[in-house]
This record gives sequence, C-alpha cells and structure tokens, in this order.
Amino acid sequence: MDADRAAVIRGVIGEFGRLSVDVDTITDSTDLFGAGMTSHASVNVMLALEDAFDLEFPDRMLIRSVFESIDAIAAAIAELSGEHGG
Amino acid sequence: MLSVGIDLVEIAAVTESVAVHAERYLERVYTPRELDECRTPDGAVDARRLAARFAAKEAAFKALGGGDDAIPWQSIGVHSDRSGSPSLDLTGAAAALATARGIDELAVSLTHEGPYAAAVVVARRGRRNGR
Repeated sequence: MDADRAAVIRGVIGEFGRLSVDVDTITDSTDLFGAGMTSHASVNVMLALEDAFDLEFPDRMLIRSVFESIDAIAAAIAELSGEHGG
Repeated sequence: MLSVGIDLVEIAAVTESVAVHAERYLERVYTPRELDECRTPDGAVDARRLAARFAAKEAAFKALGGGDDAIPWQSIGVHSDRSGSPSLDLTGAAAALATARGIDELAVSLTHEGPYAAAVVVARRGRRNGR
C-alpha cells in the first residue's frame, strides 16, 4: 500500500475518528469500529478523506466495511482514483 | 416478528461536525425537511435535534438489519408531524431494504438529555417475510 496515502488516512482518523485508543497504536488492519470509532465519527472521517484526496465517496461505498480499517479505506480510495490491482 | 435498533450520539460531536464541515455535513446526512425542522428561528441548526435524528437513522439501520448494505443517511428520513411526534420516512435504498426484509411497519422514539441524544426504532416484519 502507498505509505504516504496510509499516513494521510491515519492522520484523518486521528483527527476525526474519535478512537478510544491513540491512533499510533493501531495497525493498518485494526478494526476502527472496534477501536471506538462511532458511526457518526465515520461520517466526519469520510468528509475529511474527501477533502484530503479530492474525491467523493459514492452511495455504493457508504458501507461499514469500507471504513472498517486503514487498509479498507486505502483500497476504496485506490478504486476511486482509478487504480487497479493495488 | 419484531426487531429493534438503538443508538446514542454525543451532541457535541454533531456541533463539531457542523462547525468543521458545515453544509457538506448537513446536506450529506440530513434531508431538506429534517434540516427545516431542526432550524431555530434565527436560522441556525439545533445540534440536539440533529443528533437525535442521526441516532434514529442508525437505530433504523440496525432494526432493518442493514449489516453491510449501502444505505445513504438521507434515505432514512426522521420527520415530525404537527404534534411533534416523530416518524420514519424511508426512500431509495432504505425503502428497498425494508421491502426485502418484509418490514411493513416502523416506530421511532427520540430523546435528548445533557450531552447525549438517543433513539429507538422498532420494526415489524409482516407475514410475507423477506430475505
């Protein structure tokens, strides 16, 4: 996975995810909802990601699994950015 | 058969979302009617009412058995009648999910107290069960 992209995603989660643990203690595959991110916080994470990556999550991606981990978010952003096989 | 969903939202989180993301947050999550019903006479939005509505959307999603279905927040409308009693207005993907689940009746109750707002939704599945 693109390290810079993962770092940006991690920064957004740290600012908007309202995790119950320090974002620096989770891995890229940690379940964010399990780490305390509420459904309402996930809205803010989504909006901040749209700002950071200059894209928009379509309705079909407004599902829990897209926002459940840094890895999952990165995969969704890769797809929206037109990347394949990443 | 009945199913139930519940959700709790911190009102300060909604206040912060409005402050940071402003109209993008409001227009992405709430229906125009919800926003009308949640505005104060001076035109500002009442975070307590918005928080209760967000809780109701999540509670409805749980009662519908949404799982990993793509349900835009705006497809679950939480509206008030003249007496102030809330009800759910499902459209689009949420309405389709309710139909697929065989759910023919929904009831919602909202509350807010201190720093939190909460909602409970009860769904009734009719005799023609869906998936």
